[in-house]
Amino acid sequence: MSARLEAVNLSCGYDGHPVFKGVDFSVRSGEVCALIGPNGSGKTTLLHALDRLVRPMEGEVRLDGVSIWNCGPREVAARVALAPQRAATAIWPLTVRETIQLARAPHRGWLASYTSEDVKVVMQAMERFGLVGLAGRSMATLSGGEVRRVLLARALAQAPAVLLLDEPLTYLDLHYQAEILTLVRKLSREEGIAVVLTLHDLALAALCADRAVLLANGRICGRGPPADILTPEFLRPVYGEDLEVIRHPGNGVPIVLPRARVR
Amino acid sequence: MSENGVEVQRGQQEPAEEAGIRFPKLGWIVLLGIALLASLAASVALGSVSIPPGSLFRALTFSGNADPVHIAVLWDLRLPRAVLAALVGAALASAGVAFQALFRNALADPFVVGASSGAALGATLALTLGFSTGWAGLGPLPLAAFCGAIVAVLCALALAETGSNSSMASLLLAGTALSTMLSAIVSFLLLWANQPWFQAFNWLLGSFSGRDWSYVRLAAPYLAVCYITLQLMSRPLDALTAGDDVARSLGLSVRTARFVIIGAATMAASVAVAFSGIIGFVGLIAPHIARLLFGASHRVLLPTSALLGAILLVWADLAARTLLAPVEVPIGIVTAFLGGPFFLYLLKAKGGRLT
Repeated sequence: MSARLEAVNLSCGYDGHPVFKGVDFSVRSGEVCALIGPNGSGKTTLLHALDRLVRPMEGEVRLDGVSIWNCGPREVAARVALAPQRAATAIWPLTVRETIQLARAPHRGWLASYTSEDVKVVMQAMERFGLVGLAGRSMATLSGGEVRRVLLARALAQAPAVLLLDEPLTYLDLHYQAEILTLVRKLSREEGIAVVLTLHDLALAALCADRAVLLANGRICGRGPPADILTPEFLRPVYGEDLEVIRHPGNGVPIVLPRARVR
Repeated sequence: MSENGVEVQRGQQEPAEEAGIRFPKLGWIVLLGIALLASLAASVALGSVSIPPGSLFRALTFSGNADPVHIAVLWDLRLPRAVLAALVGAALASAGVAFQALFRNALADPFVVGASSGAALGATLALTLGFSTGWAGLGPLPLAAFCGAIVAVLCALALAETGSNSSMASLLLAGTALSTMLSAIVSFLLLWANQPWFQAFNWLLGSFSGRDWSYVRLAAPYLAVCYITLQLMSRPLDALTAGDDVARSLGLSVRTARFVIIGAATMAASVAVAFSGIIGFVGLIAPHIARLLFGASHRVLLPTSALLGAILLVWADLAARTLLAPVEVPIGIVTAFLGGPFFLYLLKAKGGRLT
């Protein structure tokens, strides 16, 4: 199940104002690509465009060479899944299990019943994120980290070829951060899933991604292996001067730290 | 994650309970169905002529030694009326579920997009202008009410559509503004035309008085289609309550789904209002009660709400015709007067939370 998702000369925005312009980007099976960039640089908009949520102002997004706007929404949803940054607090919250089960709709259709395979996939996703004990709980009663895990489990239960993760580590404790990083590597290496994730913590981006793409000022300002991109030369023009990059003494992974101006 | 000891432990505790979750909910639906049948039986047995259980059974089955008066009271007067009340209750409740999910608003009811005020205007016009032509067995008043409801909702939809593409919020606003405007016109017409207030008022507050089988035959097919449509849309409704972006990301054609849901719910509300006048509250509280008891998943929520709505209206109609007998209280007053406190009690018992 190999897949290639690409953005070609993509411009997206809201109400006629572009957030970014002329972005070229692609990800293929087995790759983990980290989207980094300052607040408001359009990382989430780019993910939404890749997930067929935002219609491009210009250019297109292609899944295996076919523009996703020439495919039906269900066709795309069966191959591309998004774990959003926030769960809109639903006023009528479903249970954890019901929320994750929704992910099977793209495969099963909106009218058909869930099959035993769906039940199995949902159970596996819940097991992977330690949610089995919470299955019957209302989404309204969960902590931030538990909601995050449900969102990730739902994206995984969608059984996608391309997985888009918007800030997947926010609200998670160290244990789950490590678990998710491991899982992301595993999904890409062993199951050949293409992963695109946005991350604010640049050290984490360096730890899990094969490639980093730096989005700022409405365009791509740098791309390449994380070790090449996470350098003061690339980061200072974007984030300002108050940062420093050190190397992990063991594996040499760059660690980016903010610097306080007042001692 | 299964290597993690804590999670494995957690996981082992509850699957057994989780696996059994489907049956109790199905059991509740069956139980509510039985409760509805019991309510219908009580409703047809009680009234100015009380029918004891034995005679009730004989009259229902037309056995040889049944009292002909009982048969007449039961089959010609009470049963069609009670069945229509149940149908309308179910229709209002399921339309309420649909609109609450669609607008993600606890205050939404079947009439939120203007169906009731449109129906009121239609009926008032029919009264003041003295319409006399019916259609397909529908009297002039119900016909005008039905048309008014549909036209009002179409107006609200058209107004909202021209506004912006975040159409749900503007549809809610358009519906509210339109309702207020139409209600003003209704008041003006009634004052200006110096009409028999009583008749109009009585209709506006809802009643099942004198409804016979022809009404049931006319309403049932439409309401059945609406209900089945909504039930089929239960998973899209689930996705829509989780958010438009979630629904879209899961591959739902949000516009189409909304269109179908609004169509079915509006049709249900308009048919209900045409056959029984404006009965408030049932469409608001039945979904809330069902959600408190059975959860938010629409597959279960729709049937339980519909059954609860049906039960509520059957009892409300019984109260309407017996409380101040021989005078009938408009059923809208009964639903608000008895339903309100019960709902407030539920709210209180749940610590003020509706979720």
